[in-house]
Amino acid sequence: MQDTQTNPAGAASAALQVPNQRARSRSSRLDGWTLGILALAALFFSPMLAVLGIALDNSGDAWTHLASTVLGTYIGQTLLLIAGVGAGVLVIGVSTAWLVTLFEFRGRRVLQWALLLPLAMPSYIVAYAYTDLLEFAGPVQTGLRQLFGWHRPGDYWFPEIRSLGGAATFMSLVLYPYVYLLARAAFVEQSQNLWDAARGLGHDTWGCFVRVGLPLARPAIAVGVLLALMETLNDFGTVDYFAVQTLTVGVYRVWFGMNNTPAAAQLASMVLVLVLVMAALEHIARGRRRFQFSQSAPRRDPIACLHGARAMLAFLACATPVAFGFLVPAVLLGASAIGSEEAAVGVSTLGLAFNSIAVAGVAALVCLCGGLFLAYGARLSGTGFVRTATRLASIGYAVPGVVLAVGVLIPAAALDNLIDGFMRQYFGTATGLIFSGTLYALVFACTVRFLALSFGSVEAGLTKITPNMDAAARSLGHRPAGLLARIHFPLLRGSLMTGAMLVFVDAMKELPMTLILRPFNFNTLATHVYEYASYEAFEQAALPALAIVAAGLAPVISLSLGFAGSRRSSH
Amino acid sequence: MAGRQLANRMLVSLAAIVGLSISVAGTAVADGEVNIYSYRQPFLIKPMLNAFTQQTGIKANVVFAPKGMIERLKREGRNSPADMILTVDIGRINDAVEAGVLQPVTSKKLAANIPSHDRDPSGLWYALTRRARVVYASRERVKPGDLSTYEALVDPKWKGRICIRSSQHSYNVALLASLVAHHGEAKAEEWARGLKANLARKPQGNDRAQVKAVFAGECDLTLGNTYYMGKMLTNEKQIAWAESVFLFFPNQDGRGAHMNISGAGVTRHAARKENAVKLLEFLSDDLAQKMYAEQNFEYPVKPGVPWSGLVESWGKFKADSIDMIKVAKNRPTAIRIFDRVGIP
Repeated sequence: MQDTQTNPAGAASAALQVPNQRARSRSSRLDGWTLGILALAALFFSPMLAVLGIALDNSGDAWTHLASTVLGTYIGQTLLLIAGVGAGVLVIGVSTAWLVTLFEFRGRRVLQWALLLPLAMPSYIVAYAYTDLLEFAGPVQTGLRQLFGWHRPGDYWFPEIRSLGGAATFMSLVLYPYVYLLARAAFVEQSQNLWDAARGLGHDTWGCFVRVGLPLARPAIAVGVLLALMETLNDFGTVDYFAVQTLTVGVYRVWFGMNNTPAAAQLASMVLVLVLVMAALEHIARGRRRFQFSQSAPRRDPIACLHGARAMLAFLACATPVAFGFLVPAVLLGASAIGSEEAAVGVSTLGLAFNSIAVAGVAALVCLCGGLFLAYGARLSGTGFVRTATRLASIGYAVPGVVLAVGVLIPAAALDNLIDGFMRQYFGTATGLIFSGTLYALVFACTVRFLALSFGSVEAGLTKITPNMDAAARSLGHRPAGLLARIHFPLLRGSLMTGAMLVFVDAMKELPMTLILRPFNFNTLATHVYEYASYEAFEQAALPALAIVAAGLAPVISLSLGFAGSRRSSH
Repeated sequence: MAGRQLANRMLVSLAAIVGLSISVAGTAVADGEVNIYSYRQPFLIKPMLNAFTQQTGIKANVVFAPKGMIERLKREGRNSPADMILTVDIGRINDAVEAGVLQPVTSKKLAANIPSHDRDPSGLWYALTRRARVVYASRERVKPGDLSTYEALVDPKWKGRICIRSSQHSYNVALLASLVAHHGEAKAEEWARGLKANLARKPQGNDRAQVKAVFAGECDLTLGNTYYMGKMLTNEKQIAWAESVFLFFPNQDGRGAHMNISGAGVTRHAARKENAVKLLEFLSDDLAQKMYAEQNFEYPVKPGVPWSGLVESWGKFKADSIDMIKVAKNRPTAIRIFDRVGIP
């Protein structure tokens, strides 16, 4: 199609062009969008910029030391961990999503929402619970020793729970729901017509999966895996507990042990580079393929009913992750909570829960607005530069929380002191700290950290809105804002809900940033759990830990209901 | 309509943020208060702080921020709301001193209550409690006569019998740093190599988890801070672990057992310095010192304050009297040694 701006009747025909030609005909109004998006992206990227700024400082001979000693281990263990978790979440998430979408079997209705439950489990709590159960001194091995008359570790072999394999296994078990959620949504939305066509061409169910289902769901699956891996990279609590030496553990060691902040920031920057490389690899591997398909006939019912052994296998495949990712740790926590002398803590747990829910709720809403604005803007603008900027803005998810917190602290405190200095000089009054050390800083930090979740959800949702729909709406006279309100928002409602809920559940579990950035006397469930757990009194933290899980369950269940709803409404 | 809904939600969220921040912003400025950034768990210090409020009418506000606290103080600068920091481990006190976030304070009471080797000469920091890092050994499989010094833990007779927590933890770093201070880097590295050769498993878990491992038979001895013994003996589920081990204070014929402290300092930009000094004095005085000793099984710094009965039962011992700042300054060296030797 020709550039319509050269046409004297450009104004009329501009409405008819397809979006990828729209870039050149953008009016000044769209430049306002672009500017706004770039400004917001810059704001969200500022903490990372602050960290990169520290990384430019001189770190002395720290790198000579690191390179000759532990750096190889840090990088190797990090890569192995993300490979393990990546494979784990991919296999569990995609296979379970496929089974519950495509097949009817006993238990499917419960499992299709129960599969989301591990999302509510903080991975460090799962680590505590399983280590207690499976370590040498735990009940399982003690029982085995008594049964077989073994005494010392050398008498028998048992998998070492505190290991890379242990970390990858248990992190996969709580992180797979990201992939499951997005993959399932993608499978549900796939057009029935495509399936019918594939079957007509002689493909069996497996063939349909490999040739049609998987390729079409690929963008969504990739987003899910990337989210899981970013969360793996930013984690300290779990890997530390499992005695795995990742780059993030290195960041802590260099910063708090060697008191070398620049070297710590440099290690943290390596993690960022790793994420960018992963995202770029996926992008390159996907190539220029864009998948757009008609919404005319979304998937209806499962295509096959399973019976007997096959139904049993399908049930087991879906029930196992739920059991190990949610039920077992929940029961272990419950058992600790019952035995704890600190039952009186129950009362104060309510107040803590209120704080947690307030921060998580506000963060979810802010993330939602930010994610919507950025993802929508990126789609609207279509230029590579803006797309890159929006992606960079959502990279905070991969940064270790404590590093990100300092990244937030630096610009916030600098701004506060700037305002304060100005006010003192010209008005003789001190304003003190307005942003840092308040809930502004905490909510902002949560937004920067969890933006990837809402941005990813919105972006995945936008891919199912074809450019043709935009074109149709524009041809009917809608401006971009109207397009968003009238066409995209209703179509995106499910994705927006998903994004907000994911942020909420994750923000409920957030610990390191809350610890540093919060105001005085402000505790959340997670900080309370940490207060006791860090004093090696985990059983006293079991009740609030359960409360984190319980508070996370509500949104997870409403997510599931949203699922069921989206399915019903497609009938 | 959907657009309006969206706009409404955005408004609600904004209102919520503003409301939340206003509701907590007010807490940081009042005069009859003192603001503390703490490395110590609030539930541990709360009884002392409550007693302080009762006595003086000054309310103590706490942020428990074990990681990044110094960075926060530095960045907040002269507007920092914190008046005081409470820390465990001499290393963190030294980090705060080196970052320049503390100010010197002196008072007759502090000088009288806290012995000179437990405080900074210029008054930048004061120790409030002391703890020893000692050997926990299996009653069943180790005889007290087998033990002597930290240095002797590298004897091949302990091969595969020692458990330790991560070398990343500040308590282990401080112990190795003290060996560097006493014997030099090369000797300390040799010691670390010997220790590694004797480990029963990859370093993991916390101090109590090591005792649990001894109890279960995974190893025969470990290193731990003394007060954990008291904590385990008063915890129903952990009594059995504690009863399976005995405490051994090493190097009693030489320099004495490795000591560490918990301490406090007044921040450089403290807006309520007077209140902070009052709190510091209160914490160094009989009542608070006794509470520390009773509740947390630590050793009080004020001479003459009785130890808890349980702590008393572990016996008097000789404590290493090395200048603790000297130990703290060797921490980066200690970490590098652990890295080179390959103890994670």
